[in-house]
Amino acid sequence: MEKISQSVREPLHRVDSRLKVTGAAKYSAEYPLPGLVYAVLVTSTIAKGSIKSIDSKAAGNAPGVLAVISHVNAIRPPGYPADNEHPTEPSTRGQPLRVFYNNKVYFNGQPIAVVVADTFERATYAASLLKISYSKEEHRTDFHAHRDKAVLPESAKRNPRSGLADYDRGEVDGYKKAAVKLEAEYEHPAEMHNPMELQAITVHWEAHNKLTLYDKVQGTQPTQQNFAREWKLPVENVKVIAPFVGGAFGNGLHNWPHETAAIIASKMVNRPVKLMLTREQMFFMVGYRPRTWQKIGIGASADGKIVGISHSSIGQTSSYEQFTESTLQQSKMMYTAPNVSTRYRILPLDLSTPIWMRGPGEATGAFALESAMDELAYLLKMDPLTFRLANYTDSDPEKKLPWSTKFLKECFEMGSKAIGWEKRKLEPGMLSDGHWQIGYGMGVGTFGANRGGAKVRGKLYANGSLVLQSAVTDIGPGTGTAMTQVAVDHIGISAKSITFQLGNSEFPQAGNQGGSSTVNSVGSAVIAACMALKTDLLALADKHIPEFKGKSLEQVVFEKDSIRLKDKDVSMSLSELMKKSGTADLDVIEEAKPGEERKAYSMYSYSVHFAEVHVHSITGRVKVKKVVTCADAGVILNKKTAGNQMIGGVTGGIGMALQEDAVMDHRFGRYITKDLADYHVPVHADVPDIEVFFADKPDYIVDPMGTKGIGEIAIIGVAPAITNAIFNATGKRIRELPVTPDKLNITRT
Amino acid sequence: MKQFQYVRPTEAGLAINALLKDSGAKFVAGGTNLLDLMKRGIEAPERLVDINRLPLKEITKNDQGFNIGALTLNSSLAEHKDIRKDLPLLSQALLAGASAQLRNMATVGGNLLQRTRCPYFYDTSMPCNKRLPGSGCGALKGFNRMHAIFGASEHCIAVNPSDMNVALSALDAIVQLSGPKGKRNIPIQDFHRLPGDRPELDSVIGKNELITGISIPTSALKHVHYLKIRDRSSYAFALVSVAAALDLEGTTIRWASLAMGGVAHKPWRLTEVETFLAGQQISAGLFQEAGTLAMRGAKAYEHNEFKLKLAPLSIGHALSIASGLVKA
Repeated sequence: MEKISQSVREPLHRVDSRLKVTGAAKYSAEYPLPGLVYAVLVTSTIAKGSIKSIDSKAAGNAPGVLAVISHVNAIRPPGYPADNEHPTEPSTRGQPLRVFYNNKVYFNGQPIAVVVADTFERATYAASLLKISYSKEEHRTDFHAHRDKAVLPESAKRNPRSGLADYDRGEVDGYKKAAVKLEAEYEHPAEMHNPMELQAITVHWEAHNKLTLYDKVQGTQPTQQNFAREWKLPVENVKVIAPFVGGAFGNGLHNWPHETAAIIASKMVNRPVKLMLTREQMFFMVGYRPRTWQKIGIGASADGKIVGISHSSIGQTSSYEQFTESTLQQSKMMYTAPNVSTRYRILPLDLSTPIWMRGPGEATGAFALESAMDELAYLLKMDPLTFRLANYTDSDPEKKLPWSTKFLKECFEMGSKAIGWEKRKLEPGMLSDGHWQIGYGMGVGTFGANRGGAKVRGKLYANGSLVLQSAVTDIGPGTGTAMTQVAVDHIGISAKSITFQLGNSEFPQAGNQGGSSTVNSVGSAVIAACMALKTDLLALADKHIPEFKGKSLEQVVFEKDSIRLKDKDVSMSLSELMKKSGTADLDVIEEAKPGEERKAYSMYSYSVHFAEVHVHSITGRVKVKKVVTCADAGVILNKKTAGNQMIGGVTGGIGMALQEDAVMDHRFGRYITKDLADYHVPVHADVPDIEVFFADKPDYIVDPMGTKGIGEIAIIGVAPAITNAIFNATGKRIRELPVTPDKLNITRT
Repeated sequence: MKQFQYVRPTEAGLAINALLKDSGAKFVAGGTNLLDLMKRGIEAPERLVDINRLPLKEITKNDQGFNIGALTLNSSLAEHKDIRKDLPLLSQALLAGASAQLRNMATVGGNLLQRTRCPYFYDTSMPCNKRLPGSGCGALKGFNRMHAIFGASEHCIAVNPSDMNVALSALDAIVQLSGPKGKRNIPIQDFHRLPGDRPELDSVIGKNELITGISIPTSALKHVHYLKIRDRSSYAFALVSVAAALDLEGTTIRWASLAMGGVAHKPWRLTEVETFLAGQQISAGLFQEAGTLAMRGAKAYEHNEFKLKLAPLSIGHALSIASGLVKA
């Protein structure tokens, strides 16, 4: 239990850092294929209706233009269902919005044409020449005007045991009988995905039935399967390549209309095509954290025992897909409440489909739950940390199962000490420095310690070098680095002799990089591959080194690029062993899957964030002065990359709490904050000293490494830690994010 | 982007001639605003006249004050040692604007002429009288949190986004213009316009005129502060900003100069408040009164009502800091 700077394990530097800082790392828009041409999207300027006409004459005649493609002339991917009545169906897997399929407009900013030209500039200019006329229909984009039209998602209707279905434990609305209770509403606006790298795809039809995509995605194989289905191709004929992804945060967990548009364009002009979205287009068609309204009723006995929690939420979705997320999960399992009710609803609007954004629904839900916990603690006149400890659960009250591991209490201890929680006053508005009011707040986060099946190939060469392969992507956490480290730990080959290759759908099976599951899933397969190689190596040793005859794996050690006997000073380097045995290479593909343990235990990662904020009493400016973030994420493989993730998550949480706001003008159903000058995310000067602590306790029930996952818990609970601190500083409770200076300025205590 | 010609003259006269020859021509210096406007389809010049090679980068100081070439970079001006010493208000305002990268490209002349950041102006699918006269004001009944509370018209409620202009206004800067009809000097207060029924015109600069520089008179206003309230610590436009400058004798105000940003189509000089402050003793109460007085005639729209409260508080606070009553 130490700060990341005092790591017990020597953290490996990122294996690809040199490639990244020298520009040698290739991203999806950086494949200059022979004959490459450029596609630029034209998007709708109405929110609902149909296209009356497209005048493409000027665009078609502009210099360098190869094609102007729209529903008028587009080829149809053969995998599109033919049903004209229901052109879209709910699914977040494939391509439910059929691109250039008919003249219907479902949202403002929808791709309705694509112009292909020999240069990007010429395509851009020609795209500006298209004249489109619409017949408008009345659109619904205003969340509050239509909140009464929220529905239970189809998936919950079909499966009443789904996590999205109505949930009741104990008495419905049992909180109402509590001695001290609170009812409050919370809301945050849509937050737009804007990773540094814009969404981009390079499409290459290598043959009429063979498709290669260099695409910015979080899963090469899920994308491969989607487009194989859309184009009715054998899966093996679609290749998806994404070795580097410049940030994704959930944005790459869905395939989007621009990808299909580029594939159609490439097919029609019979040339490789590159399509990169503009920053403005990123705000319209590639997913966002949905605006969500929540209501919490929570009550406790006078001595601070929670009696009940009722938590309902409504999140927006599109008219053509039912996007859902686990907004209410934390309220079901975090505290020992005998009565818990949750109601999850979605509101279809004439907008594009949302998608998971880091710490997906849980970050949304935690904002409401952890704010309500803070509010109730004030009503109880209890310290919010004491209040949480009083309702700490040692087993899962929802699933009625033991936790695999839970070291949240240890995190509470480390974090409260590091932030100086004892300085916090129970009454708000008691601490100040000149015009700056000072406050402290906390927020708890949790996310499932997910794990899926995965395969890894391991190829050991005669020179002792090891190449590992997985189809998984690395969206920034340092997957190649962590996996190299797992291999070092399990086969004793030095890091410099290991190459972890990823981001190619032809490599062994892996799912999306999402839901904090990559290390748990792929790391387990790395161990399995190492185990298979060790078995093969021992067999070679058995044959070619007399001292190893008849030895079992338990009697040998793999370390320092060698195999050695445990009880005797006899060893041989792996390269020597390969040479001596005349082995050119050893090649294994191994699979690892979770098993029955998932039924016997409840598995979660946890985090707690403590914030110190200063609020200017005159101008309403908020400065986050310090954040201490503590994670129980199982064993930490690399404290440097894991620390990076926590710092990034907290930074995202600061943006959620104080800045991010996608503003829409509902008269047009069109976003008006659509560049990084108007849509704010934190700048360096907004990011304080962030101190990271890890419980660093292994959870061998989740997986053989003892890891639990970090990516999501880094942000879940950060926003309420900050808003709770703002209340502690000022006595002002802002329940609608983001907390901008004007809201604090206007709000009275 | 539309194809355009690009020329790079080395003398002001040639630059002006290059513009005269072609009605679709535009000057470009740092390009930090114009290039965005071109990418967004708001400007589509036939010809760009790059003026970066004109000899207009000098900062000189004499008994009357400073002369600053129009091509002086925002960053060079902000960091200039005499400016920091003699005109710290200008330095503070420049550093409160944009980001380091933009300040390294942006020029003084370009900053004077930067267009509003109203989102309706930037989206060619939405109405905007400034971009397309007669199309209507999108912001008037739309999202107008960042918009004007002073001097607006039903045709336009956009604000001038510059921080530098606010400080220049408080410092009584003079804008120097050169054109086919010769040279003229215009006090900054008369340089920018209110929207009225011609919101497409931001300033009084003539069609073929070039800003060659600004002059700033020597000032007795030694107690200054530029206060900018914004949604994040950097790279954000002002919700409200205040340039406060005081000439003090002990605790008596000899004279004050005050201007606001983020509240009008031009830097908003508060002359009535200045007169009110002259001769008074500094105090928090006085400064708060000054703030209240400054709000005479203010008018808010649906989303910017907060400015009616934030602006007077900010004026009071900026004066308190400038006078040394409180720490920044």
